[in-house]
Amino acid sequence: MSEAPLRGVVAGHGPLAKALVDAAETITGVTGALTAVTNAGCDRALIEERVLQAVGDSPAIIFVDMPTGSCFFAAMQAARATGRIKVVTGVNLAMLVDFVFHRDLAPSEAAERATRTGGAAIRQP
Amino acid sequence: MPLLLYRVDDRLIHGQVVVGWGRPLGIEFIVLVDDEVRASDWEQDLYRMGVPEGVEVRFASVAEAIAALPEWQQDNRRGMLLTADIESMLALRRAHATVQPINLGGLHHRPGRSERLPYLYLSDLELERLQAAGQAGGTITAQDVPTAPAVDVKALA
Repeated sequence: MSEAPLRGVVAGHGPLAKALVDAAETITGVTGALTAVTNAGCDRALIEERVLQAVGDSPAIIFVDMPTGSCFFAAMQAARATGRIKVVTGVNLAMLVDFVFHRDLAPSEAAERATRTGGAAIRQP
Repeated sequence: MPLLLYRVDDRLIHGQVVVGWGRPLGIEFIVLVDDEVRASDWEQDLYRMGVPEGVEVRFASVAEAIAALPEWQQDNRRGMLLTADIESMLALRRAHATVQPINLGGLHHRPGRSERLPYLYLSDLELERLQAAGQAGGTITAQDVPTAPAVDVKALA
């Protein structure tokens, strides 16, 4: 269990993160649990600054769109700098919807759960 | 096969570089020239994660790059060289006139810089240095992805 509710930060290319956060809020009705960060117009330092600002003082999961690139790099830098952040790549809507209802987990548990939930949503019906 | 592209991009290895340029050019190795990254094994590991299997990444300081450039230019694979800032690239150009074409791929806003193109912010001094280097010979263009038009540095204002 985590003492403070986990923050979720979604970092992605262009408008992707905001669209995912909007969709997750629309589906769950839960607002304020997720914050979107875009890499648009940012160099490496500014993306990291935006990510850290979005995380604040809480333990957090940073959901990143791709397992490489500027958003991933900023998330990993933030995780390394704070020690209370876990990074999950390949963000999808299923993992975000699940995450907002399980913010009482420890960061490592929440990251494991998000990886399982997001992976399970990728199927060939 | 010489190095095919010398790119200035403050994000270094990212999607536009690996996918946008790397695929159409058939890039087989990337040389990342940056003094800070060269000094950090951890950052090097992260950047290695960003390239497809089969693409080698080499890390070098500016001084190391100046020394090793002739060797890389004679590599029989297709390569690309990256720097995060203009000064590093121009230092390579001053040492080796063969450093061309220089591609200005992404420099973002900082205090003192103004927008020249949506993906290219330069201070007046940076623009002046680039235009002087362009006048001295060689191709210097701004182009974020291969499908976008290339803009000669002399046309930037």
